[in-house]
Amino acid sequence: MSEPSPHREGFGVKSAHRALGLTDHEFELICEKMGREPNGVELAMFSLLWSEHCAYKHSKKLLGKLPTEGPRVVMGPGENAGAVDIGNGYSIAFKVESHNHPSAVEPFQGAATGVGGILRDVIALGARPIALLDSLRFGEPDTERTHYLVDGVVRGIGHYGNSMGIPTVGGEIYFEPPYEQNPLVNAMCVGIARTDEMVRAAAAGTGNKVVLFGSLTGRDGIGGASVLASAELDEGDDAKRPTVQIGDPFEEAKLLECCQELLAGDLLVSLQDLGAAGLTSSAGEMASAGNTGIDIDVGLVPLREADMEPFEIMVSESQERMLAVVEPSKVDQVLALCTKWQTASAVIGEVTDSGTFRILKNGETVGEIEIDDLVDGCPLYDLEPEEPTDWTYQNRVSIESDAGPSDIALALLASPSVASKRWAFEQYDSIVGSRTVHRAGVADASVLDIPESNRAIAVAIDGNGRRVACDPFQGTIEATLECAANLAVVGAEPLGVTNCLNFGNPEKPGVAWQLGRAIDGLAEACRALEAPVVGGNVSLYNETPQGPIYPTPVVGMVGELPDPAKVAGENWREGDSIALVGPFDPSLAGSELEKQLGQLGKGLPVREITPVKQAIELVREAVRSGGIRTATDVSDGGVTTALAELAIASGTGCETNLAPVLARRECSDEDALFGEGPGGFILAGEKSELEKLGGQGVDFELIGEVTGNEIITNAGSLKVEVLVEEAEAAFDSLEDRIESDQAGLTH
Amino acid sequence: MTWGVLQFPGSCDERDALNACQIAGGGGPDQARLVWHEETDLSGLDGIVVPGGFSYGDYLRAGAIARFSPAMTAVADFAAAGGPVLGICNGFQVLCESGLLPGALLTNERTRFICRQGDLVVGEADSPFLTGLEADQTISIPFKHQSGRFFAPPELLDRIESNNQVAFRYAPGHNPNGSVNDIAGVTNEAGNVLGLMPHPEHAVEAFSGSTDGLAIFQGPALTATGGAA
Repeated sequence: MSEPSPHREGFGVKSAHRALGLTDHEFELICEKMGREPNGVELAMFSLLWSEHCAYKHSKKLLGKLPTEGPRVVMGPGENAGAVDIGNGYSIAFKVESHNHPSAVEPFQGAATGVGGILRDVIALGARPIALLDSLRFGEPDTERTHYLVDGVVRGIGHYGNSMGIPTVGGEIYFEPPYEQNPLVNAMCVGIARTDEMVRAAAAGTGNKVVLFGSLTGRDGIGGASVLASAELDEGDDAKRPTVQIGDPFEEAKLLECCQELLAGDLLVSLQDLGAAGLTSSAGEMASAGNTGIDIDVGLVPLREADMEPFEIMVSESQERMLAVVEPSKVDQVLALCTKWQTASAVIGEVTDSGTFRILKNGETVGEIEIDDLVDGCPLYDLEPEEPTDWTYQNRVSIESDAGPSDIALALLASPSVASKRWAFEQYDSIVGSRTVHRAGVADASVLDIPESNRAIAVAIDGNGRRVACDPFQGTIEATLECAANLAVVGAEPLGVTNCLNFGNPEKPGVAWQLGRAIDGLAEACRALEAPVVGGNVSLYNETPQGPIYPTPVVGMVGELPDPAKVAGENWREGDSIALVGPFDPSLAGSELEKQLGQLGKGLPVREITPVKQAIELVREAVRSGGIRTATDVSDGGVTTALAELAIASGTGCETNLAPVLARRECSDEDALFGEGPGGFILAGEKSELEKLGGQGVDFELIGEVTGNEIITNAGSLKVEVLVEEAEAAFDSLEDRIESDQAGLTH
Repeated sequence: MTWGVLQFPGSCDERDALNACQIAGGGGPDQARLVWHEETDLSGLDGIVVPGGFSYGDYLRAGAIARFSPAMTAVADFAAAGGPVLGICNGFQVLCESGLLPGALLTNERTRFICRQGDLVVGEADSPFLTGLEADQTISIPFKHQSGRFFAPPELLDRIESNNQVAFRYAPGHNPNGSVNDIAGVTNEAGNVLGLMPHPEHAVEAFSGSTDGLAIFQGPALTATGGAA
C-alpha cells in the first residue's frame, strides 16, 4: 500500500474524513449537527452511513418516482427485501443486490459474499430462501482478466449457494467491453414466508435486548461500503483486497435454520442482517425505523481478534451475522437456540427511548450520535444531468460487413452474450429444495412450485446495458418488458419488481442523465405493467480510468401461474406450426449484430408499451391454456437466433419465411432476420391451436413449420440456411473460449 | 414404513429426502421424520436416510466430521442389525468415512461442482433398495456434487465388483466425475446399506422431469412385504 491506511491512523487529523470518503462540506455538516467534531468512532460511523452505498445520496430523489404500491404488496422499499402476497397466507420475498466492486478486486469471495448478503436480506424478513438468480457482466471473453473474473465469480456463486442448499435457478451473463475492468455481479434471492410470521427491521420496546448472533466479528471488510462501493476503481485496487469480506456458507446455513426456529417460536421482536457498514448500519437503521434509541457495548461483541478497536467493531463487515431485538424474558431461549445451531451469540445492547446511538466499551461511553443525524442526516444531492451529444463508447468490428446471412446467424449464436451459458449454470445446484420446475437455461424464466399456495411462481432477471447505453429511457423500458415477456412464456403474470441500478459516476453529467432517464423508463414500464417496485439497490461509481460501464439497470421480476404442469417447454416437434406474435418491429439499432459490425450509435426506435403489454397478456393466456408446445420471446440476435435456439433445444430444424413481417413493417430484409426490439414472441404448436391467437387485436402471423435438420429462414432476398448441428456447435462454443487457459491462471 | 432422515449442521437435502420418503409411502407426514445429529434413539424407525448437503461445511473433508456425530454411532448399530440405510451424495461420503461402505469419494476430475440430469444403469447388487428395479435397467436421476469421484484401491475394487456390491453405474457417456469403473453407488457386503452420489430424492415428482428415484425409496417396504418388482 502506498498511502497510509485511514483506518489505523489519522483520526483527529483534519483530513481524516476525506480519506474516509466524506467531503469537506459533509464533514462540516456533521460538526454542525453534533455541535462538536466527531471522535474517531463517530467519524468512522458517519463515513459509512453517509456513503453513497448506504445513504443513496445521489439517487434517492430519483427513486421516489418509482411506483411502489399494489394490492399484492406486503412489504415495499425500506425493508430488508420486498414481499408480495402469494395466497393462502404466504408471501414471496425477493430482492436483487450488487457486489460489483468486491468482485472486481477478488472475484471468488466478492461473488460468494454477494450471494451470502442477499440471502441474509431475505432471511431477515423471516423468509426461507428458495431460489437464487444472478445477473453478471464481464468484458469480452478474449482476455486473461475476463477468464479470471468469470472463473472466480461463477465458482464463488456456486460455492455459496450450493453449500447453503439454495438452488440457483436462473440468470444471465453478458460480455461487453465496458465491463472489462468493472464487472457486474448482481444476485437476486427469492424466499417464502408465512405472511403473519414475517418480521420487520424496526427496533421496538424500550428495555428490550439487542442480540448479535452468527459469525465472530473480525477485521474483514472494514470500510468496504465507503472504500470499495462508493468510489471509482483504479489501478491500485488489488491493495484493497483486505476490504473484501470472506464468506462462510456453513455459518450462514446454520444461521438460516437458527432464524427459522427463532421465528417459529415467536422469540423475536425484530430481525436485521449485518451487511455493508456492519453493526453501525444494522443497529442504526433498526433504531431509526422504530424511532427509538440504541445502546451497543462493543465490549460484549464476540470477537475473532481480541484487540479490535471500538470503531473497528462498529464498522466490521464480517459476514454471516444477524442482529435481533428480543424481549428480556425470551433472551435465554434465544441464546439456547443459537447454541443448538452452534452459532455464537451475545446480548450486546439495549433498545432505549433516547433517540441516540450510544457506543459503549465495557460500560463507558466512547461515542454518541443522534440516530436521525446518522441515518437520515446525509445531504441528498441533485444530479446535474446533461445528455451526451454522441455515442461515448467504443465500437469494435468482429464480423465483416459483407458476411452472408448464414454466417451472420452462426456468428450471432457464437456471440458470447447469446451463446449457451450451460457450462456456468451446471456449476450451480438448481434443484435442491424440490421446487424447481424449470431449471436454469431451460426456459426464459425459471418456474418454482409453491404447493403452500397451490400454484407456482416464475422468476426472471434481465437487463441489456448496451441497449440502455443507446437510449437509457427506451432501453430500460425494454428490460422491464423483457422480464414480463419471459414470465409470459411460462404463463406467469407479474406480481412485483426488484431492481439493481448499476451506473458510473453520477457526479458526471452524462452518467447523471443516463441514471435519470433509466429511472424514468423503469417507472413508466412498471406502471404500465401494474408491477410495483418493492425493493432494490443502487450501485454507482462503476467506472475506471477507461470510462464508465454501460448503464445497466437490472430488473428482477416475480410472477405467479396457476398450474406448473402447463408450462410450455422448449421442445417443439416435427410438424408443429410456428407463429410470430406481437407488435415486434425489428431494427438493427443497438442489436447484437450492430455491435459485431462495430456500428453502435446513440438512439433506439421508440416503441409503445401498450401493444407489447397486450401481446404479453395474449401469450400468457395461450400458454396457460396448455395448447402451446413452445413459447419464447425474441431477444438478443433477433428472430433467427430465437428460432435457432428452439431448434437446438429439440434437435429439429425449421423452415420459415418472414414475408408477413416484411409486409407489415417498414423494415429491411436484414432487420427482419436479425433485428431486435420489444414485443416479439415465437410460438410453436398445433396449427389449430396457434390460429386461435389470430384476430385478437395483437399482430399474429404464421411464419413456417418445424421440420428437418436445417434452420431455414427466408426474408425477402436473404436466406439463412444452417444445419442444426452447426448451429449447436456455435451455440456451445463459449465454454472453450472461456476455459481455454484456466490451467495457466496465476492470479 | 417410517423413515428417519438425519440432519447435521450444513445438511441441504434433508427436506427433499423427507418429501421423497413421504411420497414413496403414499403420502402422510408420519412416514418420515428428521433425526437431529445428536439423537441416539432410532427406535420406531424402519429405515434411515443420510441426506445430501455440506455437513459441517465439508470442512476437513466431505463427511469427515459428521461421521463422529452421536447419530452416526446409532446408525452403525442400526445397520449392523440389518436395518436399511441410504446415503445420498454427502450421505454417501459420510457412510464411506464411517467405514459402513467401502471406498472413498474424491474431488471431481474437472474439480468443479456439476449439476446435471444423468442416466444410471442398475447393477447386480442384492439390496432392499433395488427390489423395485431390474439389473441393467437405465434410470434418469440428477447428480450434483464437487467430490463425487468414487475411488477404491485395486484390491478393494476387485472385492466390490466380485461381491456384486455395485448398485449403480453411470451410463456410457454419463460419468461426470471420473469415478472408477463408472461406479455411482455401492452397497455394503450385506446389501442393506446403499450409498450413491446421484440424488434419487430429486426424481420423485413429475414436474422435475423424472420419477425414477421413487423405486429406490419404495424398495425396502417392498422387500419387507416380500413383494418384488
